[in-house]
Amino acid sequence: MHIGLLHSRIRVEERLLIEGFAARGIDVQPIDLRDVVFDLVDPAPWRDFDVVIDRSLSLTHSSAAVRILETLGVRCVNPAAAISTCADKLSTTLALVRAGVPTPRVTVGLSEQSALRAVEALGYPAVIKPTLGSWGRLVARANDKDCAEALIEHRYTLGGVHHHVLYAQEHIDKPGSDVRVFVVGGSSIAAIRRHSTHWVTNTARGARAEGHAVSPELADLCRRAVEAVGADIAAVDILECPRRGAFVNEINHSMEFRNSIDTTGVDIPGAVVEHVLRIAQVSKETELQTSAGQTSTLRVRQAGMPVAGAVR
Amino acid sequence: MSQTATLETTCPECAASITPPRRVLAGEVLRCPGCAAELEVTSANPLHLALAPEVEEDWGE
Repeated sequence: MHIGLLHSRIRVEERLLIEGFAARGIDVQPIDLRDVVFDLVDPAPWRDFDVVIDRSLSLTHSSAAVRILETLGVRCVNPAAAISTCADKLSTTLALVRAGVPTPRVTVGLSEQSALRAVEALGYPAVIKPTLGSWGRLVARANDKDCAEALIEHRYTLGGVHHHVLYAQEHIDKPGSDVRVFVVGGSSIAAIRRHSTHWVTNTARGARAEGHAVSPELADLCRRAVEAVGADIAAVDILECPRRGAFVNEINHSMEFRNSIDTTGVDIPGAVVEHVLRIAQVSKETELQTSAGQTSTLRVRQAGMPVAGAVR
Repeated sequence: MSQTATLETTCPECAASITPPRRVLAGEVLRCPGCAAELEVTSANPLHLALAPEVEEDWGE
């Protein structure tokens, strides 16, 4: 078995994954995306990889590399479609809406004028988010019209063009915390509750985490959410409204988990490694079947590539 | 996987002496005890460090 691990930095997460593969006697090759030249018609350098797991910090690099590798016939975790859906909040919301998964109401405006109308349609407070971005950056709560106008003017004056899709989300009055569920192969393996006195509850913004038991209802909600975006492995952020129940807020395709291992008592990197190996086994068997049929590995892998969620 | 780093080196920012507390891999980021700069391991053995790239707009999870 030969696994590639795409990275930009080796953080604690990547080191734990590399050590997890190595501890199981698996040949794992860290691949710094800054060093790679991709030849779009030559799959030879990648032929030996049964699976490549993407752990790059850069969405731009992840998206480009995984799209190329999939075209070259390499099974990637997560798949390119899941990365692009999770990375863009509008795409995530659309996928959840299509799948009938409960998610906070979202309105979108494409001009300064319609952006304000989009926010006003939700009422105040409303949450304004960049469609691209992570770690809670530039997520803002507009408590009134004055605030919304100022935020929108800043987005349209100072922001790049992707800020000109104004994504407004209804404010869910969560009780001082939210829940993050780690989903591997459709199973909710662990969860944390993130407490903060601030309305933004990202741990990157200082929220305090504690272990959280996953109910069957929550596990089912998370399974449906991850299926909707086509991810093999993801962290699902849940907002709980005391009156209306649980909503899927966001889904992270390259989850950070270093602070959740001790908190939950779950070997999260071990579960990720095991699931990647299950996918690799399916990928390898597909390749063997392909070879037996004397058909081009590249062609059949493209047509019959194991899809996200197919391995449980 | 990269080899075990056993060498001492200096911070490219403040020239403080740095010895990694454990085995490190190329691509890991260390913090300089002298100036707190984030340093990327560009080679594990021999140990080479460079200033780590700044966080970019598209970084995240």
